[in-house]
Amino acid sequence: MTSGTGPRGRPGAGRGLPERGLLLLLVLVLLEGSVVFPLGAASSPDVDPRGHSEDRAVAEESQNYSKKAFPVLSLDYHHIHVPFEIALWVLLASLMKLGFHLIPRLSSIVPESCLLIVVGLLVGGFIKLAGEKVPPVLDSQSFFLCLLPPIILDAGYFLPIRPFMENLGTILMFAVVGTLWNAFFVGGLLYAVCQIQPGNPSDLHNLELLPCLLFASIISAVDPVAVLAVFEEIHINELLHILVFGESLLNDAVTVVLYHLFEEYSGAGTVTILDGVLGVISFLVVALGGVLVGAIYGFLAAFTSRFTSHVRVIEPLFVFVYSYMAYLSAEMFHLSGIMALIACGAVMRPYVEANISHKSHTTIKYFLKMWSSVSETLIFIFLGVATVDGPHSWNWTFVTVTVLLCLVSRVIGVIGLTFVINKFRIVKLTTKDQFIVAYGGLRGAIAFSLGFLLEEKHFPMRDMFLTAIITVIFFTVFVQGMTIKPLVELLAVKKKQEAKRTINEEIHTQFLDHLLTGIEDICGHYGHHHWKDKLNRINKKYVKKCLIADERGREPQLIAFYHKMEMKQAIELVESGGGFKPPSALPSTVSMQNIQPKKPAAAKPVQRALPQLPKGREEEIRTILRSNLQRTRQRLRSYNRHTLVADPYEEGFSDFIIKKQKIIELEKKIIHMNNLTLPAAPPDSPTLCRARLASDPQAYRPKRDSVPTIQVDLASPQSPDSVNLMDEFRANGSRREEEEDQGLTMRPRGEDGRREQLTRCLSDPGPSADEDEDEPFLP
Amino acid sequence: MLRPRALRTGCVDLGPRGCQRVPCAWCARVGDRASRTGRAGGAAAAAAAAMGASQTRPEHRHQDLADRTGFSLEQIKNLHKRFQQLSGDEDTISKENLESIPTLANNPIRKQIIGAFFDKRNQHRGEAGSCDQIGFEQFLMVMSHFRPPTLKMTAEEKEAMRREKLRFLFNMHDTDNDGTITLVEYRKVVEELLSKSGSIGQEAAEAIADAAMLEVASTNVPTMGPDDFYEGITFEHFEQILKGLEMESRMHIRFLDVDTTTMRCGKSTS
Repeated sequence: MTSGTGPRGRPGAGRGLPERGLLLLLVLVLLEGSVVFPLGAASSPDVDPRGHSEDRAVAEESQNYSKKAFPVLSLDYHHIHVPFEIALWVLLASLMKLGFHLIPRLSSIVPESCLLIVVGLLVGGFIKLAGEKVPPVLDSQSFFLCLLPPIILDAGYFLPIRPFMENLGTILMFAVVGTLWNAFFVGGLLYAVCQIQPGNPSDLHNLELLPCLLFASIISAVDPVAVLAVFEEIHINELLHILVFGESLLNDAVTVVLYHLFEEYSGAGTVTILDGVLGVISFLVVALGGVLVGAIYGFLAAFTSRFTSHVRVIEPLFVFVYSYMAYLSAEMFHLSGIMALIACGAVMRPYVEANISHKSHTTIKYFLKMWSSVSETLIFIFLGVATVDGPHSWNWTFVTVTVLLCLVSRVIGVIGLTFVINKFRIVKLTTKDQFIVAYGGLRGAIAFSLGFLLEEKHFPMRDMFLTAIITVIFFTVFVQGMTIKPLVELLAVKKKQEAKRTINEEIHTQFLDHLLTGIEDICGHYGHHHWKDKLNRINKKYVKKCLIADERGREPQLIAFYHKMEMKQAIELVESGGGFKPPSALPSTVSMQNIQPKKPAAAKPVQRALPQLPKGREEEIRTILRSNLQRTRQRLRSYNRHTLVADPYEEGFSDFIIKKQKIIELEKKIIHMNNLTLPAAPPDSPTLCRARLASDPQAYRPKRDSVPTIQVDLASPQSPDSVNLMDEFRANGSRREEEEDQGLTMRPRGEDGRREQLTRCLSDPGPSADEDEDEPFLP
Repeated sequence: MLRPRALRTGCVDLGPRGCQRVPCAWCARVGDRASRTGRAGGAAAAAAAAMGASQTRPEHRHQDLADRTGFSLEQIKNLHKRFQQLSGDEDTISKENLESIPTLANNPIRKQIIGAFFDKRNQHRGEAGSCDQIGFEQFLMVMSHFRPPTLKMTAEEKEAMRREKLRFLFNMHDTDNDGTITLVEYRKVVEELLSKSGSIGQEAAEAIADAAMLEVASTNVPTMGPDDFYEGITFEHFEQILKGLEMESRMHIRFLDVDTTTMRCGKSTS
């Protein structure tokens, strides 16, 4: 930007007084521009005012010249080049991500992260070939302030809290002790190896212990971005995932402290015991301070979301902004920004989710997923570009020793720590688990960026460090990342269960929690169930009252779960074209009456009274019904476009549930009758019919002419003796239709909400399967 | 992770009076023996010797119980202490004793938990019905359902443990011991579970129980005619629906194991 405006300023030199004044103005504008520049390099709003003032200046200047023809079309690339290039990069990243999934079987063999790095390498190569200067894409500023936070926030917001808290001890052990061990083991041995190099009079001898330790502390931390990218593809079981992933998140504090400590003292050259003590204190401050800052912002966000019910559109924004503020505030004091983000996300989520509308929740989910996946893609591409670009200084000894030591220390660290941890754990870590934990210790872009931050004048070995870091990253991401999937298969490590949580499981999870708390109380010692229960009670009694606005958000977890399930079922019901499904995971013909102790007495007479319908007729009725439903659905869709602001999820909810109940009642009747007539035509069982509907809903086009005229005779169809199947079917269809229409005219808002609700969900399968990780605030 | 509480309870007992005079039988005997013979010996050796000395000692019973329940001697000793505290130094414990535990008052399923202790089905004796008083042995038997699995367990042992734990849960639900959890019984369970959440809980409980029952029925008997009647959840079905919960690794508590304190006590006396 500044370079673009520079040449324009020059002709102004050596003019008269008025010109001087103009020049002064111009310089001021430029100064202002260059001051603003570093702050707002990435954001477009800053570009506009400067552009305007330039234009004005130019316009004023041009009055002194002879008038030129007005340029109809002019090119001013410099004007937009920063945002334009950012947009280009993002576009490239997104297109690449898109492209990988179009190539069949590619993504199942090679992890995406590897492909992206390769793309980055290619792009970097092209830029170099074209003779352009490769932009410093992965400079630490943009990495830590723009690219990293979305990924971490996504991870923190959707952190499965229950397994995380249950394994917190193990995770902390790996994250803190493991990382310390790695850093000192690698650093120490690296220094030793550098010293014993006899035939090598090169720079390695000059390498002192502290830079070695600094380098080791950079390289020894497991990277959350790389771990997420790889582990998301291998679908490992929850325990292992949370162990490796949790470690990668929590070791940030250790890395931050070690980094600053060694960076500080490698200048001074000596470390005293006092420094060590200060380091430990600093670690506690960094870690706990980060968590505290995050928690404060988290509670603030939760509290704010209590009052957003009138301005639903900006609801999601609060989540993002507060989290980002938490990250920046933590970084401001050199606290652990990652831990702040994690704490912020995890703290605010249960309350925010209870407060905001369903739609905002989806927005948050999508935005987080979108940002994090774009960031991740960019990071890997940039890693490739930076590799091509970076000043390298390849040293065989240093690089190979580093890679080897990283592997060895990781293995020893994991095995040693597990040995200790298993003494305390109740569910022990098996050898397979240990292997995966050790093997999953991938390094990534955080290490690179930290290395990039080192100053050349303090660390003459910076280039060599960077090369070694890149090699280690490439080694872990390519070799380990690519082989971990086959190894998981080979070792038959338990995979993640894909099945959705059933209500029975939910009931028994709750039951078990209370049971174990009770047994602990009877045993008379306060184990973690006791404290969990206590915290949960405090949470329910005080915190939720402060932070959650409406009553419904405070309902017990089991009921909330049930409502959610009911909701989902209703949506499926509409989507699949009206087949009644009890709230359960599997399709079946079992209905409410099968489990009710008292059977409806009317069942038998109905059977006798029913005339058998010919098969063709039945099919015709079904088609009519389907087309009606189809039409309803299409109408529902068109609603989606306009009303964004009004999201009456809350208002429409009870209404909706009642309506759903009505539909279910009707459906029950239908199914019941269908079952009775079923023996004649088994292929048309409701299950099959439903399956067909669900599998191919688009096949049934609404035929205007075939839609029957609606005749609702509310007085007659209920009497079991006079009813005939045809009537019942039509009545059902029409009544449902009528419900819609009535609702539309009489309660536009509620109806509206319901429709919107439905359409939203219809068109929204959710970004991932984690929709149900509705953990309580405290596990 | 760490067990400060375990150490602390040990230390509170041992602290002021010194190890020899602790009312804990192990330490007392070790102390006696050490002072009498003047011979250094570990707690374990002393204990073994002591056990041989008298048949009627409670420690022998403990050993026997340890074999049957799988608890360690230390754990049994701890639980025994707690048992005596609860029963007021009686041999048996009654429902009132358990009901008076203050921390239990907030538990929504308190009744079922206490009921489970007095349920004969949970005591491995092949009887049904409930009793009014239970001795320490029965108390331990019930507690043994909450032992964690160990790393050394084979797959079959794990499976057996899972079934045993599930059976315990099943028995808690199946109050009339007819081998099935009927809808009425299941509703009761959910009602109790939500009993602390006021009127909203009561309203929702029935619907939730119904939905859950439907789910069980449709998972296990996918095709049902309209006239069929699903009587209730059998144990097999119960196992089936809770497969995903991994009971063997979840239904456990940490039993205090003052192993280390006892050892230290033994050493310090020698």
